[in-house]
Amino acid sequence: MAASPRIIVVGGGLAGLSAVIKIAEAGGTTDLFSIVPVKRSHSVCAQGGINAAKNLKGEGDTTWQHFDDSIYGGDFLANQTPVKAMCEAAPGIIDLLDRMGVPFNRTPEGLLDFRRFGGTLYNRTAFAGATTGQQLLYALDEQVRRSEAEGKVKKYEGWEFLSAIIDGKGVCRGIVAMDLRTMEVRAFAADAVILATGGIGAIFGKSTNSVVCTGSAQSAVFQQGAYYANGEFIQVHPTCIPGEDKLRLMSESARGEGGRVWVPKKAGDKRPGREIPEGERWYFLEEWYPKYGNLVPRDVATRAIYKVIYELGLGIDGQPMVYLDLTHIDRATLDRKLGGILEIYEKFVGVDPHVEPMKIFPGMHYTMGGLWVDNDQMTNVPGLLASGECEYQYHGANRLGANSLVSCIHGGFVSGIVAMKYAGSAGAQEGDGGAAQEVARQVELNKKLINNQGGENPFKLWRELGEVMTQHASVIRYNKGLKLADEKVVELLERYKKVNLSDKSQWANTSFAFARQLYNMMELSRTITLGAILRDESRGAHYKPDFPERNDEKFLKTTKASFTGAPDGPKFEYEVVDTQYIKPRPRKY
Amino acid sequence: MANKTIQLEIKRQANPDAPAVWERFELEWRPGMNVTSAMMDIAANPVTADGKPTTPITYDSSCLEEICGSCAMRINGKARMACSALIDNLEQPIKLEPLSKFPLVRDLQVDRSVLFENLKVVKAWVPIDGTYDLGSGPRQYPQEQEIRYPLSNCISCTCCMEVCPQFNEGTGFVGAATIAQVKLFNMHPTGKVLMEERLRALAGDGGIQECGYAQNCVEACPKSIPLTDAISDVGRDVMMQQVKDLLRS
Repeated sequence: MAASPRIIVVGGGLAGLSAVIKIAEAGGTTDLFSIVPVKRSHSVCAQGGINAAKNLKGEGDTTWQHFDDSIYGGDFLANQTPVKAMCEAAPGIIDLLDRMGVPFNRTPEGLLDFRRFGGTLYNRTAFAGATTGQQLLYALDEQVRRSEAEGKVKKYEGWEFLSAIIDGKGVCRGIVAMDLRTMEVRAFAADAVILATGGIGAIFGKSTNSVVCTGSAQSAVFQQGAYYANGEFIQVHPTCIPGEDKLRLMSESARGEGGRVWVPKKAGDKRPGREIPEGERWYFLEEWYPKYGNLVPRDVATRAIYKVIYELGLGIDGQPMVYLDLTHIDRATLDRKLGGILEIYEKFVGVDPHVEPMKIFPGMHYTMGGLWVDNDQMTNVPGLLASGECEYQYHGANRLGANSLVSCIHGGFVSGIVAMKYAGSAGAQEGDGGAAQEVARQVELNKKLINNQGGENPFKLWRELGEVMTQHASVIRYNKGLKLADEKVVELLERYKKVNLSDKSQWANTSFAFARQLYNMMELSRTITLGAILRDESRGAHYKPDFPERNDEKFLKTTKASFTGAPDGPKFEYEVVDTQYIKPRPRKY
Repeated sequence: MANKTIQLEIKRQANPDAPAVWERFELEWRPGMNVTSAMMDIAANPVTADGKPTTPITYDSSCLEEICGSCAMRINGKARMACSALIDNLEQPIKLEPLSKFPLVRDLQVDRSVLFENLKVVKAWVPIDGTYDLGSGPRQYPQEQEIRYPLSNCISCTCCMEVCPQFNEGTGFVGAATIAQVKLFNMHPTGKVLMEERLRALAGDGGIQECGYAQNCVEACPKSIPLTDAISDVGRDVMMQQVKDLLRS
């Protein structure tokens, strides 16, 4: 009997763990790699909920309506076949999570409760307080722990993915990873590799992402020949708490439960929010978007907040902030449905959001772009799959709130099943499949970095990268600014050659690992800046005042970037979008 | 006038066998600073207060919003999360030390994998039949959800274990976090099929009997999990199980 397939999964968030579960169920064995213990993955930060058209509120919701909302919300850029499949799978995923023990909020009758989220008129979002991502991650983590106890999974926690092993025929045969304690670099063979390495927030310096979300792994395989698609589409979440070290998310569920966004009508009003009478408050989202109100999609809400602050000069007390107000909702409801996030606000700001309106500002939150994959989650490198935020498939030009968790789990499931079917189909590898050569290349990179001489500090370079990306490549984009940003990245890549690590030790050297990630962040950031320059239109989260309209004729296309290594950056090509089910129509909320 | 500064003293140890040394840092103050942002500042400019070049601090961190459970350490002697430790609320010099009950890796980083091993021992999961579509889950009322949800908020930070006088090599005590998870899974309509196995795993040496009711755990828990309630509930169930097993034998 042939040995059971051995699959490598990189990343232990929702997508990675979902893949592991399907592999174990199909009789495969998984080597699971993660920088952090998987229970600490960034999925833990997701707050508001997970979408599925269960139609438990008598509204006549359907999976088709969920599909239509998602495609429309994404401004028609997503390929429709996989999105349709995801929306159809979603109700079954909720049931499964419920069976796994996720403590979803319940109705008095003991059924799942649902709330409304942005970009829809239906109560479609299942939730566990305001820590849904944490609860989902734990449920999957528990199932994987069970498989681990049964010997079907081996965890490599505290290992960092460095690169894929790609043989002479272009087939992925495994990975090279580094032990973050001993700094040992090793090759691991596999019948297929699934990357589920999450977001890229660190490219923007401060974001809502965890510090581990650097995009380093997807950048590494991009540099090895994998396509990176729609990189220019970056979601800036309208409601975050600005902070010294990060931007903390204030979930969309706050508005889903009735939270209202407003500013004082009078510019520079010095009174505390709660003392400003109703008649002197301007609920601009409700006024501008009477149908969806505070629950317009994130790109729309973010641009509205920018307009109020920067064009109309109405930020709170002249500062770049607006109010997100929950004070009209009773305490018990708030605690039951939003407890976790109100606690975050109170802990980090020191103000009680039950009695004071929260002060918020938009922050980088999510990348719709990611590794290019086909409808089976396979990249253009055979044997290398991707699922979760690190791939581009499900959200088009703008992701709807509470669609990320479902896309992670659905994509993870698909990738696990496909990897098992794929295993063995590429035929036996020749020799070691290129493993020794790839290890040697990585060891050489490490040696060079650790012995490098010069005056540059990687953390300072990172701050500069984040500042320039946030300034020019987030909410409002001009070709001139994007060009400046790209030139800055090229300059930083040059200065990176003079990075001098103050820590040259070979034990738990975190700045060394960070410096390696930083290089990959910089290479990947060029898919964002240059991709954005080329797309002369406005679509979803990509907004150019000089080209304010969507241009389907020229740009209803997927951007595909491939790495060249040349100084002028990646090569870009465009692919037709699958729009076979829903004909593109103007997006007007 | 010079800019306002903050003072930190950080216990450093290059590796488990190296001697521990204290390093002093003086950083520029900014509003809203927390312990993690202070350590990011050190990484960007690794120089001690005496002007001596040093290395960035090794510590665990990820989400920075007290939900991933990574950045637990001892701050002014108290086990807590570094991200939610706001500088303006701390007495200076701020003393940072690694958790003391876990094997040290480097500086403020320790190995807390014992908790994840404990969760395996008590089978902290719901044994589902499979991931294929089997229809909706068991009905559960909001009153049950409101008990389970807080227990499910455990971020595995291990603060409760660090502060527990009974959590040490001598007793091999599993600690409060694991016991609370036993309650969580025993309450679930499907999860409870493994109840007897979980209770037996908590009987005997290192089990729930080691708890000395010092109640430090519930005070240290950053998520305000009702740990002592969980310990008394599970303790009663373990005892009942032991009696049942005795009568059956």
